[in-house]
Amino acid sequence: MMCIQSLLLMLLCVGVFSVEVQRPRGVPSWKRQFYEEGKPFTCLDGSRTIPFDRVNDDYCDCKDGSDEPGTAACPNGSFYCTNAGFRSTFIPSSRINDGVCDCCDTTDEYNSGAACQNTCREMGQKEREVMEKMAEIAKEGFHLKQQLIQEAKKSLEEKKTKMTDVQVNKKDLEEKVEALRTVKEAAEQPEKEAKERHLKAWEDNKALIRMEKDKARMAEVFLELDDNDDGFVSVAELLSHAEFDSDSDGTFTEEEAQGILGGVEKVDTLGFESIWNNVKERYVSETATDAAAPAEMPQEEIREPVPDNDSEHYPDDDIPEDEDEDDEDDEDDDPDDDYKTPPTTQTQEPKDDVDEGPMPPYDEETQLLIDSAQKARDEFDEAERALREVDDQIKNLEKEISFDFGPGLEFAYLYSQCYELTTSEYIYRLCPFNRVSQKPKYGGSETNLGTWGKWAGPEGDVYSAMKYEHGTGCWQGPNRSTTVKLTCGKETVVTSTSEPSRCEYLMEFTSPAACQEPSNSVSEHEHQEL
Amino acid sequence: MAPVLLLWLAVCLSGAWAVDRGNFKTCDQSAFCKRQRALKPAESPYRALLETMELTNTKLTLQLINDNNKVRLLLELYRLQGNMTRVKINELKPLKPRYEVPDVLIREPPTEPLSLLSQDENGVVLSLGAESQRVIVSARPFRLDIMEGREVVMSLNSRGLLAFEHLRMRKDTFSYKVTSTVASVWDNIKRVFTSQTEPEVEKNEEADPANQAETAKDEDKAVDGMWEETFKSHSDSKPNGPSAVSLDFSLPGVEHVYGIPEHADDLRLKTTDNGDPYRLYNLDVFQYELYNPMALYGAVPVMLAHNTHRTTGIFWLNAAETWVDISSNTAGKTVFGKMLDYVQGSSETPQTDVRWISESGIIDVFIMLGPTPTDVFAQYASLTGTQSFPPLASLGYHQCRWNYNDQEDVRSVDAGFDEHDIPYDFIWLDIEHTDGKRYFTWDPHKFATPKEMLQGLKDKKRKMVAIVDPHIKVDSNYKIHNEIRSRDFYVKNKDGGDYEGWCWPGNAGYPDFTRADMRDWWASMFAYDQYEGTMDNLHTWNDMNEPSVFNGPEVTMHKDAMHGDWEHRDVHNIYGLYVHRATAEGLIQRSGGTERPFVLTRAFFAGSQRYGAVWTGDNAAEWDHLKISIPMCLSLGLVGISFCGADVGGFFKSPGAELLVRWYQTGAYQPFFRAHAHMDTARREPWLFGPENTALIREAVRQRYTLLPYWYQLFYQAHRTGYPVMRPLWVEYPQDPATFAVDNEFLIGKDLLVHPVTEEGARGVTAFLPGKHEVWFDVHTFQKHNGAQNLYIPVTMSSIPVFQRGGSIIPRKLRVRRSSLCMEDDPYTLYVALNVQRTAEGELYIDDGHTFNYEKKEFIHRRLSFINNSLSSVNLAPDAQFTTASWIERIVILGASKPSKVIVKTTDGQESPVEFEFDASMSVLTLRKPGMNAGEDWTVTLQ
Repeated sequence: MMCIQSLLLMLLCVGVFSVEVQRPRGVPSWKRQFYEEGKPFTCLDGSRTIPFDRVNDDYCDCKDGSDEPGTAACPNGSFYCTNAGFRSTFIPSSRINDGVCDCCDTTDEYNSGAACQNTCREMGQKEREVMEKMAEIAKEGFHLKQQLIQEAKKSLEEKKTKMTDVQVNKKDLEEKVEALRTVKEAAEQPEKEAKERHLKAWEDNKALIRMEKDKARMAEVFLELDDNDDGFVSVAELLSHAEFDSDSDGTFTEEEAQGILGGVEKVDTLGFESIWNNVKERYVSETATDAAAPAEMPQEEIREPVPDNDSEHYPDDDIPEDEDEDDEDDEDDDPDDDYKTPPTTQTQEPKDDVDEGPMPPYDEETQLLIDSAQKARDEFDEAERALREVDDQIKNLEKEISFDFGPGLEFAYLYSQCYELTTSEYIYRLCPFNRVSQKPKYGGSETNLGTWGKWAGPEGDVYSAMKYEHGTGCWQGPNRSTTVKLTCGKETVVTSTSEPSRCEYLMEFTSPAACQEPSNSVSEHEHQEL
Repeated sequence: MAPVLLLWLAVCLSGAWAVDRGNFKTCDQSAFCKRQRALKPAESPYRALLETMELTNTKLTLQLINDNNKVRLLLELYRLQGNMTRVKINELKPLKPRYEVPDVLIREPPTEPLSLLSQDENGVVLSLGAESQRVIVSARPFRLDIMEGREVVMSLNSRGLLAFEHLRMRKDTFSYKVTSTVASVWDNIKRVFTSQTEPEVEKNEEADPANQAETAKDEDKAVDGMWEETFKSHSDSKPNGPSAVSLDFSLPGVEHVYGIPEHADDLRLKTTDNGDPYRLYNLDVFQYELYNPMALYGAVPVMLAHNTHRTTGIFWLNAAETWVDISSNTAGKTVFGKMLDYVQGSSETPQTDVRWISESGIIDVFIMLGPTPTDVFAQYASLTGTQSFPPLASLGYHQCRWNYNDQEDVRSVDAGFDEHDIPYDFIWLDIEHTDGKRYFTWDPHKFATPKEMLQGLKDKKRKMVAIVDPHIKVDSNYKIHNEIRSRDFYVKNKDGGDYEGWCWPGNAGYPDFTRADMRDWWASMFAYDQYEGTMDNLHTWNDMNEPSVFNGPEVTMHKDAMHGDWEHRDVHNIYGLYVHRATAEGLIQRSGGTERPFVLTRAFFAGSQRYGAVWTGDNAAEWDHLKISIPMCLSLGLVGISFCGADVGGFFKSPGAELLVRWYQTGAYQPFFRAHAHMDTARREPWLFGPENTALIREAVRQRYTLLPYWYQLFYQAHRTGYPVMRPLWVEYPQDPATFAVDNEFLIGKDLLVHPVTEEGARGVTAFLPGKHEVWFDVHTFQKHNGAQNLYIPVTMSSIPVFQRGGSIIPRKLRVRRSSLCMEDDPYTLYVALNVQRTAEGELYIDDGHTFNYEKKEFIHRRLSFINNSLSSVNLAPDAQFTTASWIERIVILGASKPSKVIVKTTDGQESPVEFEFDASMSVLTLRKPGMNAGEDWTVTLQ
């Protein structure tokens, strides 16, 4: 069996050899010189020399596999497919006669019975077509890229000019702000004094009213407590009011009652006046339960009437820096902070206002002072806002000017643009140098797939990929991130998206900016042998 | 595959990264276990009624009576061929039949006559045939002792823990009312109840033991959980009431017991006195914990007991929830303490006591009397069958992930293997490949042209596995569901409707795989014209077949669900086996009975080895999980399931490069070699960790492929004999106690010793090389080491410490190609490792690798032996016929001396010289291209 086989094999080899003159199977033409028919063969690593009949004899003698270029005997060998009409290539020698067609010229399957078709011409044809198309795209793309570079340079210059202008502008504004600040402060001083005067007058008036009210209530309480109408409030009468239980132990003793009465058995109205401050805090009316609690609102009153325009009320920054993560997954993020109920202690206030009345309007003189101070404030605020805007402008310009838009700034045109791709389920949105997001096609909230991180191409080709990081977190996984692969194209388009690994997205993006200068020889790496 | 739903649950409930123990019962939470475990060793209330004894040619029968309640049991005792004893105990007259597990034994075990040696009023002595083996039946209290000579091998009920909860009527009394109300009212009523006297039982005593039982005083007290039981929010209606069975076994002289998988624990079983018993109840445990007795996905109720002169086994054939208690009189004693005992001569014999408790069914125990480990394997195989003989390709490398997203993903992963020159045989598709988790379908967008994809793989001589789970989406537009419903094949709930539970597809039905007609139908669904888009290179994976029910008690089916007349309680542990079986039969049938199927299962039972492979479920990317893969697969191998593996890399979490590489290196030397990953983990195809790690992984996988001939031959042996493929050391060195607890290394067959590196940052490992008279050769360096030593081996990242036993011959195929099929006709290299006697022996098995034709004697099986400086190949199966194109390209003789001449002689009598090389430093002789056909007789002589 074996003998027949090797015989067949030898016949086959001879057959092949007669066509491919003097070249052992699997050896490329440029290595032919090392395999000289009939002369001892030295392994290409020089490790040993063997008789020539051991070359391609289906037994591995050389450590580097070089004695078996045409058989699968060596684990580390490689076989050369000529692939006339297509690209020639090396395949691992383990693919020789394994029943799978690897070389398009079928030469790897010379003894396996696999029915391989020579497809080199078709493949070559196809590849050439593809290459031509790609070359055309590259050419046009590269042309566009040159334009982009020109535009970006121009734009950069413009921005630099603008920067200078804006910086001058900023200086002016700063001066203006300072001047207006002085004006404002000068106007505010008399305003403040006038308002304080007005307020003090009102406060005094209110204190008077409060005292009257307190007295009236004291009388009322006295009458209520004085059950037997004898003109005295006695220990006994007090005992029915458990709210006076000073140690709150549940029993209101006579001693405790006496303590409240100032150590005596009973008090008349005068005596009652001296203990009133003790009593009023705790007394609960027998008739009505809504006895007004003592007024306690001085602070409130001061704040209310003064429309003090504080500059702090401006929104801090109108730049949507990071529209914070839509937190669908991360649970730790939202404990009930958002739902905390606001403190609810304002129930009595309106009533007091009604009792004592609102503050009377300012007199004409005061009002005039207020109006002019307000005008000064408004002008100052306006100037300050303008200054802030200029600051932002400078910040943005600085960022844009210093941003890495590629060696020729060819990627600058992508700045502040967005590109979308709609798949069967989602709309993907790439805003270069800003963020990537995904939104369900049919409703649902947007998911952040990462914000701009860095250029992430391999060394030497760093502008071929972008990395967007720190997107919405995944359960038990990393935060979402996206790698955007840039390829040369005439148009700027997102061509595909995928999620090869959970929460790690891959986006293909074409842009002329990614085009390289086309080499003029398309067929350079087409190692054609005929 | 991880239950996503549970994922959420786990987050909500614990947040910690581990199993949520609260989802699973402890013995205390399982009413029958608690009840039974409350019984302490004491004099047994059972008495043998010797006057009822009948001895026929095949068995002895005898009634037992419980003196407490007068219930009678029927004992059947068989002596089985092959040195086994079967003990069967059932109620003499049960109210209704009790479940006896069918379909596990491959046939009614053939018996051998028992002969009566002596009898008196205390008991009877029966002969178990040769070797002075006898069984003694003692009458009062009842116990069985199996003796050999003067030595007790095993005793049953010697601790009086035989318990048999007879079936009884539920009485319309307080207890009835109590159990029929919701449990939350229970406490309330209990107060009333305890103040009541026990309701009076019927006065009219009848001969019927079931009614007699009603007279029992203490037994009928309504113990909590007898007629209803709740766990978390689930209630078990228990219409049949208490039905547990229990029996104790004493093993004098035994300190090492093994088996009863599946548990994530050491190879040697621990005593359970201070915790829960080992539990056998097939469960989908999310993120299981290591080193504890909790139940996992599968259950094989077989325990092996071993000491230096005997190995025995206990096979407890019961498919209900089962708990196994182990105690030992030497546990906890230090080696020094034992030595002291020995010196003082005061020691009692070491003894291990075991107790089995099952929730329902009967007691049906097979006592395998060994006496050698291989005898026990053969005995167990004669009962439940052997490992199915897997297609050769399934012994190659499997690339899996939850999920390969679409056909393009599959194509590019496949191309990645070629690009990085790493062989593989199977690429796997998890649940996402289906159309909305409807098994037997393909996602119309992601897998629009499955046949094209399969053909693409076939063109490269590769294959695919797609998942088919047993939960069926309830969807009237789904053919499979409609057919099952129209045939009324679904498991029923306690009220008679179709049982429905929550699983991957949402609401799902569970086909009743215990029904033969259901299984036949299921099998027919794998036909190429039924299961659209399939081809012969598509194989199947059964997951979630415990069965997993996300919203069920303990994530499984309610025990009061009905399989025909039987409760799920009775059949739970065998459900997964039936799924596996029906699927394997489907794959056989679709080929017209010619092709060997490959089916992987997660749930299993005794006998599952007959249907395919098993993996250790949803492990995690942690070093301890890598370590535990060894004892887990060793334990499975001991009880017949050889085709075992763990997810390489770990299912949950993402492994670092070092762990991943070490796992490949370990997995390459374990029977089922598959990488798998959870959906939420980063991609981890072998080439994603940098060129160095890619090279390390490639090398590990290539080592696997070179050894495929050896693996294949061992699986053939396992299929023929039941011997495990992956073996604990003690199996081959049964007299060396130093091997008894080793589970950080293992043997493949008997000739390869593997000590994988499973420690992070390891600089070296200490391997134990067993055998006083053995020598072991490092397979990479060919360095020779003596046996019976601890050998320190410095390791680097590329090290996989593997040793070939002196005295063995291992065939390899060194031309590793892109898949096993590509290597079919490749030549062999024989590695002959000489022992101190300068002899060696091995086998070579060859067949077509994928059909059942080997059953028709179409194979080559040869014995290779080296003796007297001559290596020859002799036909072990002269009546078999097969031809191979493979030949012998190289013979490497380890531990050889330099010959002057080497001659090969073939069948035709031709002699020719063979060239050779001799490496004196390692004493390695390499014969160059002797060239004989691997299927022929030949002799190579060194002169």
